[in-house]
Order: sequence, then structure tokens, then C-alpha cells
Amino acid sequence: MRTTLVIAWKEIKTYFTTPMAYIVALVFLALTGYYFIANILGSVLSEASIRGFVVPSASILVLMAPILAMRLLAEEQKLGTLELLLTSPIHDWQVVIGKFLASFAFFLGTLFFTLYYVVLIFWFGNPDTGPVLTGYLGLILYGAATLAVGLFASSLSPNQIVAAVVGFGILLLLTVIQMTTRFVGGTAATILNQISMQTHFDDFSRGVIDLSSVVYYITVAVVFLFLAIRSLESHRWR
Amino acid sequence: MSSDESRDGFVVEAKGLTKYYGSFPAIEDVSFTVRKGEVMGFLGPNGAGKTTVMRIVTGYMPPTTGTVTVSGYDVLNNSLEVRRRIGYLPETVPLYLDMTVREYLAFMGSLRGMNKERIATRIPEVIELCRLEDYADSHIFKLSKGFRQRTGLAQAILHEPELLILDEPTVGIDPIQVVDTRQLIRSLGRDHTVLLSTHILPEASVVCDRVLIIHEGQIVAEDRPENLAQRLQGVQRVEMEVQGPAEQVSRALESVSGVEKVTWVGSANLCLYTVDVKLGQDLRSRLARAVVGQGWGLLKLNIVSMSLEEIFLSLTREETGQ
Repeated sequence: MRTTLVIAWKEIKTYFTTPMAYIVALVFLALTGYYFIANILGSVLSEASIRGFVVPSASILVLMAPILAMRLLAEEQKLGTLELLLTSPIHDWQVVIGKFLASFAFFLGTLFFTLYYVVLIFWFGNPDTGPVLTGYLGLILYGAATLAVGLFASSLSPNQIVAAVVGFGILLLLTVIQMTTRFVGGTAATILNQISMQTHFDDFSRGVIDLSSVVYYITVAVVFLFLAIRSLESHRWR
Repeated sequence: MSSDESRDGFVVEAKGLTKYYGSFPAIEDVSFTVRKGEVMGFLGPNGAGKTTVMRIVTGYMPPTTGTVTVSGYDVLNNSLEVRRRIGYLPETVPLYLDMTVREYLAFMGSLRGMNKERIATRIPEVIELCRLEDYADSHIFKLSKGFRQRTGLAQAILHEPELLILDEPTVGIDPIQVVDTRQLIRSLGRDHTVLLSTHILPEASVVCDRVLIIHEGQIVAEDRPENLAQRLQGVQRVEMEVQGPAEQVSRALESVSGVEKVTWVGSANLCLYTVDVKLGQDLRSRLARAVVGQGWGLLKLNIVSMSLEEIFLSLTREETGQ
């Protein structure tokens, strides 16, 4: 556990010393802020809810999470420090989990600043607490899943751009896969619907906690972290 | 410390290591041992399989067949125990460029499970040992290659490992720093067991207690450096610059017993002669006499060291009994 945190702490420090993380955080906050305000001012019956930024946040994360995660393992391969990590007295999974925790912590830190919108709607309106809580729960789960995918992509190549593009590709595919349900139909449609990251997210933004959706995001995160660990191990066989 | 180590004093025992990359064998049936307190060198040209051996001993990659133990622990089955006992400097020095030397060492220390107090006492020690005092708080990306190499060394010895594994520790740094680095490794060899690889013969003879020569993935010779140097005198080349009539000079040189071949380049009266000399003889004084005795001017005389490829060729020939 301690070693995992040593790695996580090192990555968190790196986030704060490189411009990329700040840029991602700022763009995320600017876009969610825009959606939040546009939703409230733009609709005829402006409701006091955070749906306005929660729903588009998922799409923003599809782009942002791979960028937050792209450096984590790619850079170690490029600098040759991966060889050092893999010959240090630590398990491969500790490297992966440590790095995942760092990116997840940075994401939670960014999300913290969106609480400002929540304060605003509670100040000026009388919103339902339920959808606010489930919205955040959904975003946190969605963030964990997308960052795990990004981390896996980062394990594949020493090139950060390649890692970001691959991560983005996987996430976009997982997001739009339910579109095929229109023409496949039957059991296949149900399965594809269940695989889609988008389908599961809708519930949360409406204030519903569907246990299967919670399990889904955790599963996506676990599967891709597992793949990242295996991918790291495969460096020993190359 | 395991019972194995105290019994026979071997820190590393490698048996029948073979590693295939696809169908290409990088090393074949490599066996060797490293005794406690010894500096053992792998000498071989590029692509001989040195890095592969180092990586197998560190547990970075598994061998296709064969076994290695470090202090009695099997590298495959007890990988973490092995990794706890080694300090490793890979060929491309693994550094986080945006950290300072001190931050980097602190990170590496905590990665190896050292506690805060121990890290705090060891960092100044290794910084002094590797003479990094002036750069301790500089960012690594600002350091020259030589200082980066020393930072890499500092990282490898930080946790006082039982075994230090250095892959080509002097590659790519300038000549003055090379001398420093060799002295540093030599001094580390007093308290550590060291396994290193190099493609430079003089380096092996300066730094190592024992040298294994590896060529095309196989060990072709094993000896103490001074014996090795003698065996390698086998084929020797002397270069001479002589003022005198080229034809006559060359005939005079050829008549010295032990000379195999003389070639020359230059003008009629001032030539550079390359003299190939038979195995194991130092003919320099006789060659000099042959020239000076005729009243010609001897402007230069020196031994040309053979390229490593030539040495390996001669060694492989020697081993096959030709």
C-alpha cells in the first residue's frame, strides 16, 4: 500500500508541475461552466438542477481523460524508467494502481471546483438534492472508468499522443456503440446497450441509481486496469 | 541473508541461461558465478548479449531456459526478494528529467521501501560519494551526460544493495568523466559485489577482478584481466614512423624475427610502417634497434591496440584450437 501511494504521490506532484494538467482542468471547468449557465439562461423554464453540466461532462471526459492519463505510463517507457520500476521491489499492479489513483485524485480535485455551481443553484433556487448527488456519483464513476481506459492506452506506447488517440478511440467506441442497436435488434441489441457507456450514464443524470450501472462502471475500470497491468508485464517478454 | 550465500560465498549463480527473441538466440547456455565482494565484468562487442544477461539477473526479463539465483533467491520464483537486494543501472540511464537529483533519489529510496530517516542519512552520503554536491538541487534535465550517469549510479547504491548491476556504465560520457566514473566503480567494488558489462577492454582490466568475454551470445573466455591481457597480446601491431629509404627500411623490419608482415604508406623518404608481430612477443626494442642501427631516424613507435572485434576473432580462433 505504501509503495502504491509513493507512486501516486509522485504522479500528483508531476501533475502540479506540468502545464497539461492545468490546461485540462481549466478547459473542463470552462466548458462545464458554459453548459451550466447556458442551460439555466437558455431554457424557457429554467430549472434549478445540475443536469445542464452533468450530461455534457460525460462527453467532455471522453476527450479529457485520455489526455490526463496519456503521460502516466508512456513517459516511463520513453525515459527508460519503466525498467527501473519493473526491477524495483514492487509489484506491477502497484505501479498501475498508484498511477490510476493519482489521475483519479486530480480528477476529483477538478470536480471539486464544480461544486460552485451547486452552491449557486441552492442559493438562488430550490433544487432536488437527489439528482445532484446521483449526478456527482455518476460523474465520479464515469471518471474512474475513462481514466482506467486512458491508463491502459498509455501502457501501449512510449508515445503520449498515440496513447491519447487510442484511449479516445476506445472511449468513443464504448460511447456510441448503442447506436448499432437500431439495426441489430434482439439479444445483441440488449448486450450492446449494456456495453455502452452512454446508456448507463443517463440514469444518474436523472437522479436514479441503478445498481447495474454502478457495477458497469466499476467493471470497466477494473477490466482496463487489469489490462494495463498485463500490458506492463508484457514488457518483460519483449 | 540466505544460507546459500554463507555456504559458498556466491552472490550470483547463473546456470545454462538461454534467451530467444523470436527464433533468434540472444544468449545461449551462459553459466557463471559472482563471488561476494568481487567485481565481475562482462566484456563483449555490441550485440553480444551483455544487456540480455544483465536484464535476466535483475529479473526484468525471464530467460527462455536456465536459472539464476541472487543471494540464494531464484530470480523467477522469488523476484521481489532478488530485486530488494540489487541496485541496477541500465544502459540508458533511467531518470525523471523534471526532478532534482535529491527528489529523484528520495523517490527511488521510498520505492525501495527505505524509511524516511534512512533516506535522509543516505542521500547526502551517496551525493558525496558520486560527487554530485554542486548539482544536488539542480533539475536533472540540466545536467550533462556524465552527471546524469553519476545520478544513475547514486540511485543504484542508495539502498546499499548486496549486488550492484551496471550495464555499460561509461558509455557516451566524455573521457575525463570516464576516468572518474571508473575510479568510482572501483571504489564501490570495495564494499559491494558488482556485475558490470562493457565493450571496452581497458575498462574491464582497470575495473574488474574477473572478466568474462561474451561473443555472439556465448562465453568464449573467462579469466583475470591481467591474464587476459597476456593472452590477447597474441596478435599485436606496431606502428613506426621512420625517416629512411622505404624499401630498405621495410626489408630491415621484415628481417627481425617474429615479424609477420610490414606495410607502409608515405613518401619515399618518410613513411609510416605498420608491423604485424607474432603472438605474445614485444618486439619494440628489437624493431627500434633495427632502424636506429642503420642510421635511419626513428620518429615514432607505438603499439596499436586491436579493435575489440579483432580481439574477439582471435579469441574465438584460439578457443577452437587453431
